Amino acid sequence: MKYSANSVWENNDGYDIAVIGAGHAGCEAALAAARLGFRTVMFTVSVDSIALMPCNPNIGGSSKGHLVREVDALGGEMGKVIDQTFIQSKMLNKSKGPAVHSLRAQADKADYSRAMRQVLEEQENLDIRQMEITDILAEDGKVTGVQTYSGCIYPCKAVVLCTGTYLRARCIYGDVSTNTGPNGLQSANHLTECLKNLGIKMYRFKTGTPARIARNSIDFSKMEEQKGDERVVPFSFTTDPESVQIDQVSCWLTYTNERTHEIIRNNLDRSPLFSGAIEGTGPRYCPSIEDKVVKFPDKNRHQVFIEPEGIHTNEMYVGGMSSSLPEDVQYKMYRSVPGLEKAKIVRNAYAIEYDCIDARQLKSTLEFKNIEGLFSGGQFNGSSGYEEAAAQGLIAGINAARKLQGKDGIIIDRSQGYIGVLIDDLVTKESHEPYRMMTSRAEYRLLLRQDNADIRLTRIGYDVGLISRERYQRLLDKERMIEEELKRVEHTNIGTSSKVRDVLEKYGSTPLNSGTTLAELIRRPELSYEKLKEIDEQRPDLPYDVQEQVDINIKYDGYIKRQMRQVEQFKKLEKKKIPEDINYDEIQSLRIEAKQKLNQIRPASIGQASRISGVSPADISVLLVYLKLS
Amino acid sequence: MKKETIAAVSTGMTNSGIGIVRISGEEAFAIADRVYRGKEKIAEAESHTIHYGHIVDQEEIVDEVLVMVMKSPRTFTGEDTVEINCHGGTFVVKRVLETVIKNGARPADPGEFTKRAFLNGKMDLSQAEAVIDVINSENEYALQSSISQLKGSVKTKISNIRNKIIYNTAFIESALDDPEHIEIDGYAETLKAASEEIINELEEMICSADNGRVIREGINTVILGKPNAGKSSLLNVLAGHERAIVTDIEGTTRDILEEQVRLGDLSLNVIDTAGIRNTKDVIEKIGVDRAKEYAGRADLIIYVVDASRELDENDEKILPLIRDKNAVILLNKSDLNTIVSEKMITEKACVLTGGDYKKKIPVISISAKEEKGINKLEKKIKEMFINGIVSFNEQIYISNVRQKNALISASKSMKKVVESINAGMPEDFYSIDLMDAYEALGSITGESVGEDLINEIFSKFCMGK
Repeated sequence: MKYSANSVWENNDGYDIAVIGAGHAGCEAALAAARLGFRTVMFTVSVDSIALMPCNPNIGGSSKGHLVREVDALGGEMGKVIDQTFIQSKMLNKSKGPAVHSLRAQADKADYSRAMRQVLEEQENLDIRQMEITDILAEDGKVTGVQTYSGCIYPCKAVVLCTGTYLRARCIYGDVSTNTGPNGLQSANHLTECLKNLGIKMYRFKTGTPARIARNSIDFSKMEEQKGDERVVPFSFTTDPESVQIDQVSCWLTYTNERTHEIIRNNLDRSPLFSGAIEGTGPRYCPSIEDKVVKFPDKNRHQVFIEPEGIHTNEMYVGGMSSSLPEDVQYKMYRSVPGLEKAKIVRNAYAIEYDCIDARQLKSTLEFKNIEGLFSGGQFNGSSGYEEAAAQGLIAGINAARKLQGKDGIIIDRSQGYIGVLIDDLVTKESHEPYRMMTSRAEYRLLLRQDNADIRLTRIGYDVGLISRERYQRLLDKERMIEEELKRVEHTNIGTSSKVRDVLEKYGSTPLNSGTTLAELIRRPELSYEKLKEIDEQRPDLPYDVQEQVDINIKYDGYIKRQMRQVEQFKKLEKKKIPEDINYDEIQSLRIEAKQKLNQIRPASIGQASRISGVSPADISVLLVYLKLS
Repeated sequence: MKKETIAAVSTGMTNSGIGIVRISGEEAFAIADRVYRGKEKIAEAESHTIHYGHIVDQEEIVDEVLVMVMKSPRTFTGEDTVEINCHGGTFVVKRVLETVIKNGARPADPGEFTKRAFLNGKMDLSQAEAVIDVINSENEYALQSSISQLKGSVKTKISNIRNKIIYNTAFIESALDDPEHIEIDGYAETLKAASEEIINELEEMICSADNGRVIREGINTVILGKPNAGKSSLLNVLAGHERAIVTDIEGTTRDILEEQVRLGDLSLNVIDTAGIRNTKDVIEKIGVDRAKEYAGRADLIIYVVDASRELDENDEKILPLIRDKNAVILLNKSDLNTIVSEKMITEKACVLTGGDYKKKIPVISISAKEEKGINKLEKKIKEMFINGIVSFNEQIYISNVRQKNALISASKSMKKVVESINAGMPEDFYSIDLMDAYEALGSITGESVGEDLINEIFSKFCMGK
């Protein structure tokens, strides 16, 4: 019995949309819903833990930085908040191609949380409520409201589930386990049952986090200092670049050694992962240190990054050494690392297990296929990471609002953004571990760069109603400037003057025998738009971001065009929609396996169907013919 | 579906008077212009007109042709279509098709013209179900045959190359994904060496594909004959080396031996069978049953008669097997005293089958032992082939073209990797072409890409956090 019959009553504040959870997905979902004009209530088990970063103290990183920029271009909040609260920032992969440049910032966790909470509190139409939700109420396959642990019913027309790692959460290290969410927060133990009753298929996933160590117990002289970039680039397209040139703090690099590994190996039998006490499936991309030692026995050391959790805290995050080994082993293990000999643990490392869903039950809009008005985002959908969560939360929030507006949901496709790749993978492919974004998952990554996220998505954000007219106009101006400059550069002839020769010589570039265009010179690997400034007399004075687009578009022109052709092919299949009421059993020529998979996932388009494992090209042909017939 | 321009021989791989190579798709005219030399450009020609000219591969003339130009939508497929009418004869037709493919067309999938015709609304609904069946059965057949046609050694080679490619890609990708844990500076040189090695291997395979060594292309030929008639000796002569065990003891060939044989331009898949006779030896019995089975499916049967011995009940068992088949009868052992004459065997054949032979079966005297008369056999088979009596196994031919094409495209992609390295492009650009090569090779072995890269990254490289 969750509540007594006496305590059941109905809230009459007239909410349209309820968001369950106040993590990175929940915050974006609630803000989007409220900003689109709907009365929104956001539930959390702890108001003090809004936008909490319970694991690593950073936002962004390879491909995740792309997600943050896309969220920003669509009118989300994450980028703006991290720009205000970061304490160090780096552009990763700067020496590589522009497609894999990725922004990553260390956050002051407490500041981030506080700043996001302030945005939420100041948001019109949005109320925050500390309460555990135990039931989703639905009638005739349609959401009608939610019910709290205390018994109160909140009638509403749409619900966004963003429960993160809190559902039936269990934290474990050694043989110690507690039924709590991350950081010892209260878990949500009742909702799973209700979801199962609604016919939702649940998975149990696992992840983990390293210990936090007291800064004043660390000997930094034995570590390498890792500084931020000299010139910081902001995440948000709305942030003034000058405002982020702050004094940054450092991170520190040290390494495990054979002794560390021996300690781990000697105590493997006491790990809940190896003893079988943990049933959830963990992610391969952030293995615990014991996993790394077992899986890569030839590596005699692993990197350990010591990262500050914030400015006003003594705690340091030990990146690279997440673990679920017993407490005494954790002490020994951490203290075997140079610089950590006298380390004092503030919080133990632990593994956490939680309930999440098989996201193939969702449409690409993140609405449940079998329950109208029920949406979900974030770790609840089987993903991992703050950025992945924010991206889904934003889309789920937007689409919950659009549902109430009577409009079709927004679907970012795989050629438009990492958000599209993320959601399409989640709702199409079976996953046995928490899903993390990676640039290699994006087949059109050359087009999906972090530098052009605004060009790709601001228009959609504007159409949805989360981007202001003014910001949209700025985008149009930028696009126009890029286009004009591209045209000019393609048609600017460069002769063989001595000035040209000198500039080419300066950059070690082959001298010209005859004239050529400026564009041709930019395409040379050793040259760039910027470097050729002195021989380009007619060059207009353009903002940096415009120059950057011109440079990239000219330089990688061949590759970009190639990917654009692939995208054209891709779009043709995406445009071929499959009716929702299609009866696959009726199509006799489909193979049985294909029928099963298609019935289970019920893809929205031929394109999506073609990405389902077990559906062959022959099956797709059959489908095409069948669709043509009916 | 992808709207690439496709091409195939639309008259089948038999030797009729003329062969037609059909090209269909948006680029049909452009591709045709690349291979056709005539008075007028195909692209500028009026629809539904016929033009005389030549098909050239680079500068070499492949054939004298008539080209029919048909503009969308009034065509079979509903797309721009070019039909090249060339001289019959499988070689010419094949050369024309290969030239077209080299210049940008993709070999059509089985039933693809029909499928396109349907999808472009050129067929009525009653035909639709039939189309589905065609697509289904042919796709499955094509996949099966293309995979089963692969020799084990070739499959291993391709798998090895794919493993190398995916490993290198995974390394690059893991470094891009986790730059602080995995360092790839200077990796370009290593990758370049690896790529060049892969290109060499691929080029070798492409060359041998021409010799029919990659894939079991060719005419499925079965050698039949009673025990010790000299079947294995014949095979050894044809193959040019000892493969079958040859003894004087009847029944030494217990199983089916297969050999690829080049007869001039022709390629035969020769299957040597256990001699046909009543037998109680179980192992040999299985061999005999299989011989009958193979004979049923063969494109060509070579029936070896021991001319030094009387025809007996074993021969009588064999003769019905070659009925209605393309066959050559060899009177072997011409080096010994011959008892069986050409006339005898022909008459016997007619009597046994009630004179029902559709055509006269050629009879040739040879001595496998002394390698005499082999030239005559070669000439005869070629004659049959070129006159179109023997039909190629069309599916296998198509899958061959497709496989060779996949090898070529993999090699091209790997060359692009090297180009990118030479041009000083950043590492993330290499992955694009590496994965293209990986995918192309996978289409030969019937493996798709799926989550291979992600799995390789996680299993081979230690990621951070």
